[in-house]
Amino acid sequence: MSRSTTPSHDAESTVTLSIDGTDVSVPEGTTLLDACGGKGCGIPTLCYGDTITPKNACRVCMVEVEGSRVLVPSCSRQAEQGMVVRTRSQRVDHARKMVLEFLGSSVDLSLTDHITEWNAEYGADPGRYGADAQTVAQPVKIDNDLYVRDYAKCILCYQCVDACGEQWQNSFVIDIAGRGFAAHVSTENDVPLPDSACVYCGNCIQVCPTGALMFKTEHDMREAGSWQPDHQTTTDTICAFCGVGCNLTLHVQDNTIVKVSSPPDSPITHGNLCIKGRFGFQHAQNRPDET
Amino acid sequence: MDLKTRGEPPSADELAAVDAVLGAAPDRDLHDVTGGHSLRNRRHLLLPALHAVNDRVGWISQRAIDYIAERLDASPAEIYGVASFYALFSLTERPAHQVHVCVDLACRANGGPAEGDLPAGAHASPCLGACERAPAAFVIDAGATPSQAVAGHVTAVQVRQWSDGDGPDPEAAPAAAVPQAGDRSLVLLARVGRGDPLDLDGYIADGGFRALAKARELGPVGVIAAVDASGLTGRGGAAFPTGRKWEAVRSQPATPHYLVCNADESEPGTFKDRVLIENDPYALIEAMTIAALATDCAYGYIYLRGEYPRAFATLLHALTTSRDRGLLGGETGFDIAVVKGAGAYICGEETAIFNSIEGYRGEPRNKPPFPFEVGLFGQPTVVNNVETLINIPSIVLDGRPANRRLFCLSGAVKVPGVYETELGLTLGELIELAGGLRDGSELQAVLLGGAAGGFAGPADLDLVLDQDSTRAAGLTLGSGVVMVHDQSVDLIDQLTRIAAFFRDESCGQCVPCRVGTVRQEEAIERLAAGASTGDLDLLRDIGQAMKDASICGLGQTAHNAIETAIVRLGVFS
Ligand SMILES: Cc1cc2nc3c(=O)[nH]c(=O)nc-3n(C[C@H](O)[C@H](O)[C@H](O)COP(=O)(O)O)c2cc1C
Ligand code: SF4
Ligand code: SF4
Ligand code: SF4
Ligand code: FES
Repeated sequence: MSRSTTPSHDAESTVTLSIDGTDVSVPEGTTLLDACGGKGCGIPTLCYGDTITPKNACRVCMVEVEGSRVLVPSCSRQAEQGMVVRTRSQRVDHARKMVLEFLGSSVDLSLTDHITEWNAEYGADPGRYGADAQTVAQPVKIDNDLYVRDYAKCILCYQCVDACGEQWQNSFVIDIAGRGFAAHVSTENDVPLPDSACVYCGNCIQVCPTGALMFKTEHDMREAGSWQPDHQTTTDTICAFCGVGCNLTLHVQDNTIVKVSSPPDSPITHGNLCIKGRFGFQHAQNRPDET
Repeated sequence: MDLKTRGEPPSADELAAVDAVLGAAPDRDLHDVTGGHSLRNRRHLLLPALHAVNDRVGWISQRAIDYIAERLDASPAEIYGVASFYALFSLTERPAHQVHVCVDLACRANGGPAEGDLPAGAHASPCLGACERAPAAFVIDAGATPSQAVAGHVTAVQVRQWSDGDGPDPEAAPAAAVPQAGDRSLVLLARVGRGDPLDLDGYIADGGFRALAKARELGPVGVIAAVDASGLTGRGGAAFPTGRKWEAVRSQPATPHYLVCNADESEPGTFKDRVLIENDPYALIEAMTIAALATDCAYGYIYLRGEYPRAFATLLHALTTSRDRGLLGGETGFDIAVVKGAGAYICGEETAIFNSIEGYRGEPRNKPPFPFEVGLFGQPTVVNNVETLINIPSIVLDGRPANRRLFCLSGAVKVPGVYETELGLTLGELIELAGGLRDGSELQAVLLGGAAGGFAGPADLDLVLDQDSTRAAGLTLGSGVVMVHDQSVDLIDQLTRIAAFFRDESCGQCVPCRVGTVRQEEAIERLAAGASTGDLDLLRDIGQAMKDASICGLGQTAHNAIETAIVRLGVFS
C-alpha cells in the first residue's frame, strides 16, 4: 500500500532552491518545511507531527511554488533543484486563514497549540460562519479506565490511525470511517475500545495534536477543574518493566504522576510505549499510607 | 497485527458470498496466499468481497466484516473504514429490494425528484449516468442471483410502485442512446447499431483487431509516435497528452507496469463511457491491448462505476469470449479484469482509483509521485479514460488526427444522447445537432463539463467547443457534458444540488474540501433563501481556498460551476 512515502534522507547530493528570495542548499529529499527551518520556523503546521510521516491533510502549511497551479504542502513536498518558493503571499495567507477558519468553526480547538496566535496572524475569524455552521460536536467517548476519545476536538490529522497502524503499533484498531464531513476516526462499527483489538499502548494519545485523545487522569482532572499545567513538572526516566529501556517522561502535579509521555526524539521509542510504560505508573505512587 | 474479531460466524449467505470471491476457507490456516498475477497479498479482493456480501444480503454486517477480516488478514476497523466509504454499501440492515432515485442535475431539471421528495424506502442517488433518459432510477434486488436494473423516464408513480417492491421493465437497446447511430461519418461511434455488440465474430468481420495487428507491426515506439502525432489528449477531464503519458510509462525501468481504464464515469451529466462500453466492448478490449503493448503492461483493469449493470455484463461477456478465442490472457501476455466501483465519484480520480482497486479507502494520493512512476500497487501505471482509449484503434490504423469528440447532451434539447462531432463546432451548432431546443423552450444556461465544469449562457452560442476556445472563455469541455437548461429550470436549485454533490462526494481527507464544501453549501442555502449578500464574498473566499489548497481535483473544482453561475449568469444578483 502507499499511504505515505518516506523521503529518503541519504544525503548524497544537495539541491539549491530559492526561499523567499534567498538561496538555500539542502540535502536531496528534504521537505520544504525542513528547508525553511522545520516545525516552528513560522510556517504553521497542524497534521504534521514529530514521529509520523505527515498525511498533509490539514493544508495549513501551504506555500507557493513558482510554476505550480496550486499551492503545495511544505510539510511533505520535497525540495527540488531550482524551485522558487514563497512562504508568504496573498494566496498562501488566504489558504492558511481559511483552513484555520474551517477548523475553528467546526472543531473544538481549545487545546490545540498556537491557534489563538495564528488566528491573529492570519486574520482568521471562525465566527463568521454563523451559529448554524455544522460542527463535529459530540459527546466524549469514555469506555475504558485509561484514556478517553473526544472527537469533537478531532481535526482528522490521521496521526492516531497511522500510529496505531502501519507507521508504529501495527494494531490497526482504528481507521477513518465514512467520508466527507462525516469522515471520522472509528473502530469497526464504532465498538467500544474494550471490544476492539486495542492494546492500550497510548501511542495514539502521544501523537494527537488537539487533545482529542487524552489520559483518563487528565480528562477527569480537567472535569474537576484540578488540571494545572503550570503546576506540573516533567521528569525523564527509563521504564522499569522490561529490558528494552524505553524512555518515559513523567508529568507530575502535586507530587503525583498525572500522565506519561515519551520523548519523540528518543532513538529507542520514537515516542512510543506499551501499556506498561504508558499507564503502569500507579504502583510508583502507591504510598505506604494509602495501601 | 493482533487480529481480533467477535468470533461470531457469518451467516450461510455471507459465508457463501465471501467464499465465492476468496475461495473456501482452508481448514486451519486462514493466512493462505494464492498465486494470481504477481501480487503480494489478496487485499485487492476486499472490494469484490464487500460487493459480494452487499449483493447477496443487501447490506454488510459486523459478522461479515469479521469474516472478511479473517480471510484477508486485515483488521476489522480497516475493513469497516473501506466499506463505509462507499455509498452503495450499507452497514446497517436494510431490505434486499432497493430503489435508488437520481436527484441530480439533469434529472431534477427534467422533473425528477429532489432529495426531500422521495417516498419512504427510496434512496437519493447522485447522477446515474443515464441523463439522456432523465429522470432515472436504479433498482437492486439482493439475493443469490442479484438483479440490478436502470430505468429512464421514471415517473413519481413508478418510484412509489418500485419502492413497494416492483421493478422496472428491461432497458431499451444500448444504441438508443446514440441518435446518430448508423451515420457513415462516425469514427468513435462507427459501430453503434451496426451489429450485435456482444458478437465477437461480427466485431472481427467488421475490421476488429486489425488495429492490433498493425500495432504489433509498429511496435511500442511506433504506436506511441502515431498517438503523439494524432494530438490525442485525455477525455477524462484533464486533457493530458496521451502519447506523452504512454511514453513516460513505457520508459520506466520498474516492472510490472499496469494499465487502468477509467470507466468510473460519475461526473454529473456524463454517460458517454457507458454508451461506448455497452455498444462496442470489443473495441475497448482491442484498444487496451494496444495500449498495453505500447506501454509494456501485462495486466489491465477496467474500473467501472457500480451503477452500470449492463456495461458490467457486457464487459464480462466480451472478456470471456476474447479469452476463449485466444485474444486475451494466456499466451497473449495481457489480461484484463473488471473492478466495480461502489458509489464514489472520487474513485474516478486517477490515484483514488488505485487505492480503491487495492482495497483501501478511495482517497486520492499525493502527487508527486505521479502514476507513471508510482501507481497501482506502487508500479508504473497508465490511467486512461474509456473515450481516450476508443480513439486508439482508428488512430493506429489510419493515422488520423484526434479531432473528434463525444458530447453528452441532456436537458432541454429535442434529442438528448451521445453525439460525436469533429472539433470546431459551436455550442449553438451542437444544440442544433441534438434537434435544437424543445418546442417552447428558451435557452437559459448550459452546463459545460459537468459539476466540475461551468455554466455558459445564451450569449455563448458561438463558443467554439474545443479546448483552447473554452479555456479562453473561462470554461472547460471536461468530460463532454452539455446540459441544456431552458427557462423552466431553477438555476438556484441546480447550484444547491451542485454544492450538495461535492459535499456528499468529498473523500474528507483534506480540510479545504472536507469543510469547504460544507461551508459552500451552507452559504448557497442562505443565498437561496434570500439572505445576506455578504455570503457572496464568503463564497469567493471559500472557493479560492478550495481551488488553491485542496489535495485533488475534486476540491479544486468544487467551486467552478458556482462561480461561473454567479459571475457569468448573474445568479443571486
Ligand atoms: C474527482 C475526480 C473524478 C474523476 N472522475 C473521472 C472519471 O470518472 N473518468 C475519467 O476518465 N476520469 C476521471 N477523472 C480524471 C482522472 O483523474 C484522470 O485524469 C483521467 O482518468 C486520465 O485519463 P485520460 O488522460 O485518458 O483522460 C476524475 C478526476 C477527478 C479529480
Ligand atoms: S492505544 Fe495503541 S492500540 Fe489502542 S488505539 Fe491507541 S495506538 Fe491503537
Ligand atoms: S484523534 Fe487526534 S490524532 Fe487522531 S485524527 Fe483526530 S486529531 Fe488527529
Ligand atoms: S480535495 Fe476533497 S476529494 Fe480531494 S483529497 Fe481533498 S477532501 Fe478528498
Ligand atoms: S502540516 Fe502540512 S498539510 Fe498539515
